Amino acid sequence: MQTVKMVVTGPFNAGKTEFIRSVSEIDVVSTERKISSVTERKMKEATTVAMDFGRITVDDDLVLYLFGTPGQRRFDFMWEILSEGMLGFIVMVDSSRPETFREARSILETFHAYAPTPYVVAANKQDMKDAWDIEDMRHVLRLDSSVKLLSCIAHDRSSVKAILLELLYSILAKMENGE
Amino acid sequence: MALRGNLRDFTITQLLNLINLAHKTGALVVEGPSQTARVAFREGKLAYAQVDQEDSSLATVLHKAKRLNSGQYRSIQQRAAHISDKELGLLLINAGYLSQDDILLNLQQYYSDIVQRLFTWVEGFFHFDIDFLPPDERICVRMDLENLIIEGSRQLREWEQLQDEIPSLDMSLKFTDRPGANLRNINLNVEEWRVVSYINPRNTIRKIASTTKMNDLEIRRIVYGLLQAGLIEITRSESAAPQVPTVRVFPTEDKEEQKSLVNRLINRIRSL
Repeated sequence: MQTVKMVVTGPFNAGKTEFIRSVSEIDVVSTERKISSVTERKMKEATTVAMDFGRITVDDDLVLYLFGTPGQRRFDFMWEILSEGMLGFIVMVDSSRPETFREARSILETFHAYAPTPYVVAANKQDMKDAWDIEDMRHVLRLDSSVKLLSCIAHDRSSVKAILLELLYSILAKMENGE
Repeated sequence: MALRGNLRDFTITQLLNLINLAHKTGALVVEGPSQTARVAFREGKLAYAQVDQEDSSLATVLHKAKRLNSGQYRSIQQRAAHISDKELGLLLINAGYLSQDDILLNLQQYYSDIVQRLFTWVEGFFHFDIDFLPPDERICVRMDLENLIIEGSRQLREWEQLQDEIPSLDMSLKFTDRPGANLRNINLNVEEWRVVSYINPRNTIRKIASTTKMNDLEIRRIVYGLLQAGLIEITRSESAAPQVPTVRVFPTEDKEEQKSLVNRLINRIRSL
């Protein structure tokens, strides 16, 4: 059996676990723990502390694994381990929480430094009324126009599919360019 | 959509940079701890600024700038209080007291001083009001934001924030392919020029700091200013040893098989 993997990363509460849940054929193997911080607990009850793990079987001898990184910075020692051998990565950003944009940018740079593989940025929670415009987010995140910044709703399977496809197109384009 | 938030999460420099790059029209309303500022922009250029109910009339601006003496100022207040700034400006020009450039330069200075004050506000809320229009009686200017952004960046002293922005000095810098800033209107100081002269993907920020004899804080300040002005971006260092992946990305070394594998993934995701 051949396996490949993609990594879903981003700040705390960006929607990484939900993203993987939307397309994984198995119940996501989640390593969630009750949140100890009072501030963070206001946003959600539990968070990923080691990784999330989802699977999509492609055919008889190929499986795609999706790894979600822990969002809280104190677990970032896991990031480099998870990034090893990744085909590409997705940076999830909560469009309605501008206070996390700077951290998202920093995470993007960190992962790109681990491995210069293709990536896309998913502007999640675009269905929320406080969501920022994609182009405003592009400016704030300092993303070049060549970087794919895509609208995303992590609980919507078609939206998640579109993100994964865009990443795969980028991977294919890079291969065809001989990079 | 929503362009609102908290100054603890977004600095004035970042907001001005966004307004500049996105060519926004409207007013940035900043509610500080004790005052509220309204700064109006037209297509990303500074047009007008006011703090609370502070008198921003042309007569007051010119008096504060010592372009009108107290007698002239009092006389205008008594006899011409009812006329608009535009009319007053014309009167002063026609009477030979001031030139149009004098008036515009003094207003630019006044508005940019207000923006500079905003850089010191670290607590408060902001929102961008696209419907706000400067009062009809006031004179608007058209001022590039790049120099204001660079100047504002110089005022940032918070080491922690600079560390957040530039977490590692082992990265390199490169000039942006399409800088958002108008390069003709950028004024760099001597220190910034020294850094700019060493920008090259082969030089890490640490190496530039060492060569230019700057400490971590100084180099971070300058790099941050240049980043916010949209002149440069951070990139991986070309001098770094190439990474040898410990885990293979693809289960096969054959390029065609790799492409086939990606195409199989694409087909599978499409069918989900």
